[in-house]
Amino acid sequence: MPWRTHGCGTQMRKVTISNAWAVLLCLAALVAFGPYLWPIEPSELNLRNKDLRPVYMALWGVPNWSWAHPLGTDNLGRDTLANLIHGGRVTFVVAILAMGVSLVVGATVGALAGYFRALDGVLMRVTDLGLSLPLLPVLLLLLLVLRDPLRAQFGPETGIFILLVIAIGITSWMPVARIIRAEVLSLKTRDYVTAARSLGAGHAHILVRHILPNLWGPLMVSAALGVGMAILTESALSFLGLGFPSDYPTWGKLLFDNTSRMSLYPERVIWPGLMISVTVLAANYVGDGRSQAR
Amino acid sequence: MTSYLIRRTLLAVPTLVVIAIVLFGILELTPGDPLADLPLTIPPEVRDDMRVALGLDQAWYVRFGLWLQQLFIVEPLVAIDAVLGTDFADGRTRIVSYQSHAPVMGTIAERLPQTLWVVGGAYVIGLAVAIPLGVFAANHRGSWIDHLITLTTLTGYSMPSFFIGVLVIAVFAVNLGWLPSVYDTTHVVTDAGSLWVQIKQMILPVAVLSLFNAGLISRYVRAAMIDVLTQDFVRTAKAKGLPARRVLFGHALRNALLPVITVAALGLPQVFGGAIVTEQVFQVNGLGHLLIIGIQGNDLPLVLTLAFLFAALVVVFNLIADILYAVADPRVRYTDA
Repeated sequence: MPWRTHGCGTQMRKVTISNAWAVLLCLAALVAFGPYLWPIEPSELNLRNKDLRPVYMALWGVPNWSWAHPLGTDNLGRDTLANLIHGGRVTFVVAILAMGVSLVVGATVGALAGYFRALDGVLMRVTDLGLSLPLLPVLLLLLLVLRDPLRAQFGPETGIFILLVIAIGITSWMPVARIIRAEVLSLKTRDYVTAARSLGAGHAHILVRHILPNLWGPLMVSAALGVGMAILTESALSFLGLGFPSDYPTWGKLLFDNTSRMSLYPERVIWPGLMISVTVLAANYVGDGRSQAR
Repeated sequence: MTSYLIRRTLLAVPTLVVIAIVLFGILELTPGDPLADLPLTIPPEVRDDMRVALGLDQAWYVRFGLWLQQLFIVEPLVAIDAVLGTDFADGRTRIVSYQSHAPVMGTIAERLPQTLWVVGGAYVIGLAVAIPLGVFAANHRGSWIDHLITLTTLTGYSMPSFFIGVLVIAVFAVNLGWLPSVYDTTHVVTDAGSLWVQIKQMILPVAVLSLFNAGLISRYVRAAMIDVLTQDFVRTAKAKGLPARRVLFGHALRNALLPVITVAALGLPQVFGGAIVTEQVFQVNGLGHLLIIGIQGNDLPLVLTLAFLFAALVVVFNLIADILYAVADPRVRYTDA
């Protein structure tokens, strides 16, 4: 029987999930501590050393490379590695904050809908409506509407930053709400919840002290998936030319800026693309392991 | 069944109305001025006249009502006229773009075929790849081949389409020169030779989009198959001594396809959204491209109508999924009716 559930399969899946978490944490640590290990300023111009190739290109006999810039430099001599690290920082911070917004909104809506029967119908209608809005067009609309006032208020960089966090956050909380609602629906019928209630505990107490701690697992998985989603969305928006201003690197921005010279310097596109792909892949592995583990 | 169908269809109407209000509300907050790109030498009186001509001096509810009327009454009438040669819509104002001063629906009708070719092709291919892959992975659950398929499919939908897009352009269009890198939308298919040109220019965008589709759908096929394969009737079928092939395809797959129908129908609008990026990469001037242009030029009627069409697509496919589900699975319509 080839489809019998093998013990080793489940074991291997657990190993894969923890590896995926490890990859995510390593990448986060890399962009967080990278600037201390590689202290070159990403915006530092160095026209003498412009258009350097990565060191590994030496294997193909390319002459212009240097140990001072292991991943090469761009057409103004800015260090690619430093740009990748700093770009990753912005990407990760935007993604984590957007994930935070979507998690807080999603978990609140989901928990209230699952716990209070009276709110369930209304909140789930709103969630379904949110799910049936086309994500990317709505996101583009939000950017169009809010870009100028936020820019005027907070300056071009901070304005776009706040805008991206909020826009990505409020367009991605719906799946979280659904998962959390389903989880709360089953949790609230458990004996310990009944016991707490019969001892006179209030709803707020039960939700915060008895139900919330048990939502830790699904929340962590939603967090990983949310970071992956947000990174993809942010880089897609950067690619469409609606992200940060051009001297403000993010992975998507770096990729987009360098596509025009891709046939000459493929590494400038491949590295940011690879970073995005690996991060999102690890996040999706975490989410996939969760949904398959039922 | 009929009552279920009618009930379900009626439920879609308020959703569409709410979506229309939400989208109109978002755009109503836009500070962008459609006259901002005009020369500064235009005197303020003329500018005000132009505003009146565009109907911008009216209250929001007048413009909203007008837009609804144009979208749901005038535009269908124009469509009927075009098909039957009648003149119901004569003298009625259509939704007109600020940028091109042409009817929005006309532009959309021009752009739609390109998007449909690319998105539709990618969807069909994605499904055709995803179902066998998912079944195979579920059948060999936990083995190395399952892990390999998991890795491949997850990679397929984790890699951003603009990254894969520029990669395949660099490899197949620039370095190898096998395929064109830019989609030529003026190309007309007349004979076998031009059909081949059309297929060649579709290969790259369709491949990029179908990689995403196949990755996503095959995950659901796999999960659904595993669900079904652990159920009692499958064990009974095995116990009766049916050959494994018949159990797999006759008993399990037919049941596993039920949730897959839903996912496939629900995923399609998402693919339209994803096509916005892919169209940008390959310079396909389809609907996504049109939306980006409209947003850059503050073309409210165009953006509003397009965004509504995208949303309507989601609602319609939700409906189709529910109906297909009810057709395929009698339990749904009896318990829910």
